[in-house]
Amino acid sequence: MAWFKQRNALTTERKIKIPEGLWVKCNNCKEIIYKKELDKNLKICPKCNYHFRISAKERLKLLVDDGSFIEMDPGLSSDDPLNFRDKISYTERLEANRKKSSLTEAAIYGEATIAGHPVVLVIMDFSFMGGSMGSVVGEKVVRAAERALETGRPLIIAASSGGARMQEGIFSLMQMARVSAAIARLKDSGPLYISVLSDPTFGGVTASFAMLGDIILAEPKSLIGFAGPRVIEQTIKQQLPGDFQRAEFLLEHGFIDRIVDRKELKKTIAKIIELLT
Amino acid sequence: MIKCYLDFEKPIGELELKIEELRHLSDGKDLNISGEIKKLEKKARELRTTIFSKLTPWQKTLLARHPDRPYTLDYINILAEDFIELHGDRKFSDDRAIVGGIGTIKNNPVVIIGHQKGRGTKERIRRNFGQPHSEGFRKARRLMELAEKFRRPVITFIDTPGAYPGIGAEERGQAEAIASNLMTMSKLKVPIISVVIGEGGSGGALALSVSDSLCMLEHSIYSVISPEGCAAILWKKNGDLKHEDFARAADALKLTAQDLMAYKVIDDIIPEPPGGAHRDVKQTAGNILAKILESLEELKTKPAEELVEDRYKRLKKIGSFLKER
Repeated sequence: MAWFKQRNALTTERKIKIPEGLWVKCNNCKEIIYKKELDKNLKICPKCNYHFRISAKERLKLLVDDGSFIEMDPGLSSDDPLNFRDKISYTERLEANRKKSSLTEAAIYGEATIAGHPVVLVIMDFSFMGGSMGSVVGEKVVRAAERALETGRPLIIAASSGGARMQEGIFSLMQMARVSAAIARLKDSGPLYISVLSDPTFGGVTASFAMLGDIILAEPKSLIGFAGPRVIEQTIKQQLPGDFQRAEFLLEHGFIDRIVDRKELKKTIAKIIELLT
Repeated sequence: MIKCYLDFEKPIGELELKIEELRHLSDGKDLNISGEIKKLEKKARELRTTIFSKLTPWQKTLLARHPDRPYTLDYINILAEDFIELHGDRKFSDDRAIVGGIGTIKNNPVVIIGHQKGRGTKERIRRNFGQPHSEGFRKARRLMELAEKFRRPVITFIDTPGAYPGIGAEERGQAEAIASNLMTMSKLKVPIISVVIGEGGSGGALALSVSDSLCMLEHSIYSVISPEGCAAILWKKNGDLKHEDFARAADALKLTAQDLMAYKVIDDIIPEPPGGAHRDVKQTAGNILAKILESLEELKTKPAEELVEDRYKRLKKIGSFLKER
């Protein structure tokens, strides 16, 4: 015991203070990166090519032609059907997330052009309640799919989500059926649907519209799956292999078409639209 | 014979034991205690009714998972005597957590699919506790397509804690399997009638219940997440969660048949005998039969296109708790 105490007494804590937000550590290779450099590189780690999570607005910027996006139904919001309360009420939690993110919900949708091609577009944002799907996200996907069917424009959905939103209970679960039914109507003779998966995409979102694309693309190393890795570890009581549920793992098992670098995403989508429509 | 009593069932159990003892005592002897037995039986009936009329959501959750609760095959054996089980997804294997096949229900030829839990340790493991892998969902889809080809209505029984979270399931595309079922069911050209008979556990339950008629047994549940899972996320106490926490989560999730009926997410509640479905499987099966026949009658004359269109409209109506800010 005395030995530990002595060690403690000898170490002096000398912390170097770095102004917050100037440097970022890569989640994958642990490299310390200058934030401005990272931003310039579309939030891709210059060392290991890890794709950091980006906001819906950042994704919009790199995906569509400048100024072409017209958002639809931005004011759609949930009425808290369960009257759900954990530490704070769901209504308060929504409000806090709106302030924090300057978004009204976990997804935006609307019309835009991608390299000149008109599309209907949905982009999810993980920073808003973990990108979870409740009635609003579900409704936006349904309306986007219906809009695509109506106009014949390709539908592009960029997913990033922890899954169904617990706070809306059964209504969140039912969104999985609603969005899948809306996508089903595009299948036989409707327009092209491209699903773009980014880190992370899980649960009710993967098990509905995200896995139903005519074409499914994913960003490198994104975690994608049904059950979260921690739940699986607790269930099977063993450690998971390193590449488990990564985009590369899904590609190997035949569940996605391609892994596409963020820098190539716009070009790739435009090319697919050209080749198929 | 009831083998297991949940905590809130214990007073009933004690009374029943006493009645059993008295019966044993009077057996073959000239004691006149039949009046006493009758009185106690009446008391037990009343006790059952009182206790079961005010169950909490958490108690209902436990009841929905009751080890004596009838499972899919118990109902199939009563409802469709000529049932022929069909196996396999034609891709990888046969998942025993989902059963399916063909048979007739009161002269109506149908395809029946349901989650299947096991009774007893060995059987439970064989059925993977009613938690399907991807191949289970794909078997279900194959049978639904079979139903469509031969224009047979599909009856599904829902009773699962959820889709299995494991390595194999992920490797074989658990999410894709569920998503594809949702899509297939939403445009299947024959009637789909779903009955939640026990646990409606999240995506794994939904993957068999996109339907034209969705009903729940009186003491069954249907939820996006289990109360245990919800409590762990909300009050992360590092495995130190107690029954009170689960009870609170069960309250918050609004997962009972009565809640879902009030929200118009389901079409009807099928009554259970006093004391729950396990008290009288035949009676419960009879109640289910009545509902299935009613729905079949209503749906079987509908043209396929109208059926699919109405199913889509039904789905669209759910989750209308939206407002413009």
